[in-house]
Amino acid sequence: MDWWDLTVRFFSLADANVRWVVFGSILLGGAAGGLGCFAYLQKRSLMGDALAHAALPGVGLAFLVVGRKDFLALLLGASITGWLGALAINYIVRESKIKLDAALGIVLTVFFGLGIVILTYIQKSGSGSQSGLDKFLFGQAAAMGRNDVVILGIVALTMLAVVALGFSKFKLISFDPGFGRSLGMQVGLLQFVLTTMIVFAVTIGLQAVGVVLMAAMLITPAAAARQWTDKLQRMVMLASLFGILSGLFGAYISFLAPRFPTGPWMVIVVTAVFVLSVLFAPQRGVISFIRQHYANRRRMTREHVLKVLFKAGQDSRQWKTYYPVDQIKRMWSFTQHELNAALAGLQKQGMMEKSGGMYRLSDDGITEGARVTRLHRLWEVYLSRYLELPEDHVHRDAEDMEHIITPEMEARLEELLEHPEYDPHRQEIPYIGKRSQA
Amino acid sequence: MTPDIWVMITGILAASALGLIGSFLVLRQNGMLGDAISHAVLPGLVLAFLITSSRNVVPMVIGAGLFGLLTAYLTELLSQTRRVYSDAAMGIVFTLLFAVGVIMVALFAEQVDLDQECVLYGEIAYTPWNTFVVGGTNLGPRAVWILGSVLLANLGFILLFYKQLKISSFDPQMAVAVGISEKKWHYLLMTMVSLTVVSAFESVGAILVVAMLIIPGATAYLLTSRLHTMLLLSVGIGIICAVGGFMGASYFDASIAGFMAVVGGIVFALVFAGTLIAKRIHQTRYTSERQHIAETISG
Repeated sequence: MDWWDLTVRFFSLADANVRWVVFGSILLGGAAGGLGCFAYLQKRSLMGDALAHAALPGVGLAFLVVGRKDFLALLLGASITGWLGALAINYIVRESKIKLDAALGIVLTVFFGLGIVILTYIQKSGSGSQSGLDKFLFGQAAAMGRNDVVILGIVALTMLAVVALGFSKFKLISFDPGFGRSLGMQVGLLQFVLTTMIVFAVTIGLQAVGVVLMAAMLITPAAAARQWTDKLQRMVMLASLFGILSGLFGAYISFLAPRFPTGPWMVIVVTAVFVLSVLFAPQRGVISFIRQHYANRRRMTREHVLKVLFKAGQDSRQWKTYYPVDQIKRMWSFTQHELNAALAGLQKQGMMEKSGGMYRLSDDGITEGARVTRLHRLWEVYLSRYLELPEDHVHRDAEDMEHIITPEMEARLEELLEHPEYDPHRQEIPYIGKRSQA
Repeated sequence: MTPDIWVMITGILAASALGLIGSFLVLRQNGMLGDAISHAVLPGLVLAFLITSSRNVVPMVIGAGLFGLLTAYLTELLSQTRRVYSDAAMGIVFTLLFAVGVIMVALFAEQVDLDQECVLYGEIAYTPWNTFVVGGTNLGPRAVWILGSVLLANLGFILLFYKQLKISSFDPQMAVAVGISEKKWHYLLMTMVSLTVVSAFESVGAILVVAMLIIPGATAYLLTSRLHTMLLLSVGIGIICAVGGFMGASYFDASIAGFMAVVGGIVFALVFAGTLIAKRIHQTRYTSERQHIAETISG
């Protein structure tokens, strides 16, 4: 069968095995992704990892008690010790000077160590059916059957209902538990409910994707979703969506190449989503940040060009002179490249007139150059008058402020300084292009 | 010497080396680093195996060491973009590397005789029989030599750079103010942690390494706020875990590494309970004193 046929067969969900694996992975990814947001915001992302390890002794003990590999019994055992681990972590952090990271590390290793002790004990006591007990922990999505998916579905839906019902409360304790407490909310109880849900998400996920990869599904979708929004509701939905997508594609990839396990591919897909989010998200994205940075730098260069040409005009009382590019370049520490870009940009904006390779300010350019010069000099006056800085200390600061001061701030400054005529260096403050306010 | 003594010596050396360097991780609130490294080294091991097509120890340790460093480095890089919290950054990095490792194991299953979870899990019980032989002379278990050197290296590192490590761990801002590069010491420490962890993996297994990296330091931290006392205590606690764990494991005929972690948990719980009781006593005394003063004033 070629690739296309396989793809059609996968997405049509005609195959019963495929169907269960897909449903299972999607439910898991969606539930863990959404739930992970609350842990992420409380900086408890690694909680899932610790609790997943803490499930091991429960698996061993359940096997010892029941005597066979009963899925529900193992799940229950795993939940109980995972949940005890969560209680221990919270208790240590609350009652001692030990921080969360160390508390997680202690609970993880002690519980996991205990689990290994129990498993080696079972092995040596020679119980025939114990083999594959570790599979429960290390994940085999392909082995998911109808019963597993039904249990997954019940747990996921219950979690969805709890999150939806208590959304505003969970939101408050995720951002500001102190405020919640002051409103008389039972922060401890709510925290406990959240932790319990994480324990359940982890234990149902163990068998499908394994300890570590389950931890990833609680962290990475939430971190990716955070890049796109500041609203918790959207973040939860996006994280669930990312989890679902990674479940779907993880299952798809391992369907195309059966030797590849689903869990790791889920993690790789969701990490790819995370990397893309960090790079390309509209506001927080690294690329948009860099773009913004360069846009600001270009604007500052343009404003410098206007300012130096304005100053040249002011000094010579002559606005109509054209200046060659070389001469403009010498007026300021421009690089050739940025100056060319700025001149071209200004010409396009109608602030600059070009003739025979030489430039001069247009009327708009004069007004704008006057504005930048005015802001610079007003700020110098402000610093020397109110902060009583010596006049040779005010220039550097004004170089930055001239790009930042808003029209509102400008109006306030002018009023405060009573429309000064000269700056501390006895240079005239230009009010060209401004209606007289006196 | 009997094999039992060698196992105990190996455990003591591992616990001391890890406890010393782990104390700094506790102070820097980086307690999950050991767990992260223990998973993230998997691709390094597979690569070393593929390149040398053997289970030779040296390339494996180099491969694992490189990926250990990569984990610390990528985590730092990601949290420096300030787009994610640092704990999440670490989680994202190590789970990704582990996932890549698992896929590599699946991909090269024919060539690589590795199992995703038992790959680096040296077994401390076998150390006495893996001896270091030079020119026909048996110099004793190799693990003892390796861990002994690691312990000495850690001791030397801490003694030489005690001041820098102390200031940059306790008070990063102060470190910057007195001209100690916080970043440089962070990366140096991460390198030492990585080397220690990876060389100990090979001899005693991951669970023991991760446990001894965090439990002795954290327990010592409960007892003191002074760095040198903390370091000494962490070694002492490490030794208790090693000896107690070995004896417990022999008694129950169970995993030695697992038992050492369990004893660590017991020691931690006892010390923790002790601090809680001390706090309670202190509070009661404080309250009764206050009552006494209040009565004196009003009476």
